[in-house]
Amino acid sequence: MNERLWNILLDSFPKLLGYGIRVTVPLTILSFSLALVIAVIVALIQYAQVKVLRQLCRFYIWIIRGTPLLVQLYIVFFGLPSLGIRLDAFPAAVLVFGFNEGAYMAETMRGALESVSRGQMEAGYCVGLNYVQVMAHVVLPQAFRTAFPALSNSMISMLKETSMAATITVMEMFRQAQVINGRVYESLGLYCEVAVIYLLFCTLLTWLQRACEKRLARNGGVRA
Amino acid sequence: MMLDIRDVKKEFDCQEVLRGISLQVEKGDVVAILGPSGSGKTTLLRCLNFLERADSGQIIFDGEKFDLHAASKADIARVRKKTAFVFQNYNLFLNKTVLQNVTLGLTVGARMKKQQAREIAVEALTRVGMADRLNSYPSQLSGGQQQRVAIARALATRPEIIYFDEPTSALDPELIGEVLSVMRQLAQDGMTMLVVTHEMDFARNVSNKVLFMADGAAVECGPSREFFEHPREERSRDFIRSILAARQ
Repeated sequence: MNERLWNILLDSFPKLLGYGIRVTVPLTILSFSLALVIAVIVALIQYAQVKVLRQLCRFYIWIIRGTPLLVQLYIVFFGLPSLGIRLDAFPAAVLVFGFNEGAYMAETMRGALESVSRGQMEAGYCVGLNYVQVMAHVVLPQAFRTAFPALSNSMISMLKETSMAATITVMEMFRQAQVINGRVYESLGLYCEVAVIYLLFCTLLTWLQRACEKRLARNGGVRA
Repeated sequence: MMLDIRDVKKEFDCQEVLRGISLQVEKGDVVAILGPSGSGKTTLLRCLNFLERADSGQIIFDGEKFDLHAASKADIARVRKKTAFVFQNYNLFLNKTVLQNVTLGLTVGARMKKQQAREIAVEALTRVGMADRLNSYPSQLSGGQQQRVAIARALATRPEIIYFDEPTSALDPELIGEVLSVMRQLAQDGMTMLVVTHEMDFARNVSNKVLFMADGAAVECGPSREFFEHPREERSRDFIRSILAARQ
């Protein structure tokens, strides 16, 4: 490796890492939180079989899962302004990532809710809890435990997908790599470097996931 | 009379599971509900607690009438407050410790103070011999221990009657005894109980009444001793004979 490339990589590393920490990570956390809220609501509506809303949820999932994330980003950021809906790039990205991953996570949560035995609900009723109380204290906590590995998966894919926000002008880590590359023309080196930083973030998330799962297992495990 | 069950009917997919069951329960009664499997015993119990909606029938609980088909949410809550249910497969809350399993209905359902709920729970768990496992999770307990915790959970809500749905049927043979002895103790303490069971010794020696069901109908209902020593109906005699034969 020649000295020029080496210097470029050394120079750009803290810069890229900085964008990763200041933009990519918050973008992921915000989008994931939004996705989680959507997923839980959509899953609960389907679990409780609320009539009209249930159809609406299926429709939402159908649309989101059936269209590419990139296209969704373009529609919201470049398309909606012609209807007078103008969003800044960052909130637009949060919205699209949140609603996109939310559709997949809703299915994860629905499956997890349905895997909680019917008897848990009945036992809750019999000790005097109402529907909301049983859901909040018994069924949802168990569903979260079951869904945890799959939800972690979603978070890891989301972290990587935030690189697509570069296409709608969000100045995040990957966009920054493109900008630097525009100046120095070291595509291979720079894009590999940014890949390594994504890998680093994902590795951290994997560790976090493992630690949380250990904790969950200590608190009684999922199944008897 | 504490509980008057009148003419409970239930169909599943056009199959009559309960063909009009009636039963009178006095305070302190221990009623064993016997019968071959598929006779509707469990369904009857579940209908009484609205876990299953009966097609028709009433219960009169402490002089208050409830319609088993058309009861309102508030009525259902009132009935459930007076009753407790012990399931065949325990149904302990898997994400809660032993103590939390017993207190949840009190603190969340009945909005009791934590400290008070804890005292009631420990007392109930002491009665079933599980007070030394307060912080264990259900997955760390044997079936017999789980069922005893489930009984403590039922007791803690201070019910007027406890429904037991085959409480020992899911247990390994060597664990049945510990659950039955807890139930025997409850009976001696005067708890009113409705017990769907296949344990003939319990039915004979602990319960004071037997309801014998077959094909969704009440075939015979009377004092336990009479049922076992002088069964009136042919089907009762066949049933008792087959049970005795199976044991030899």
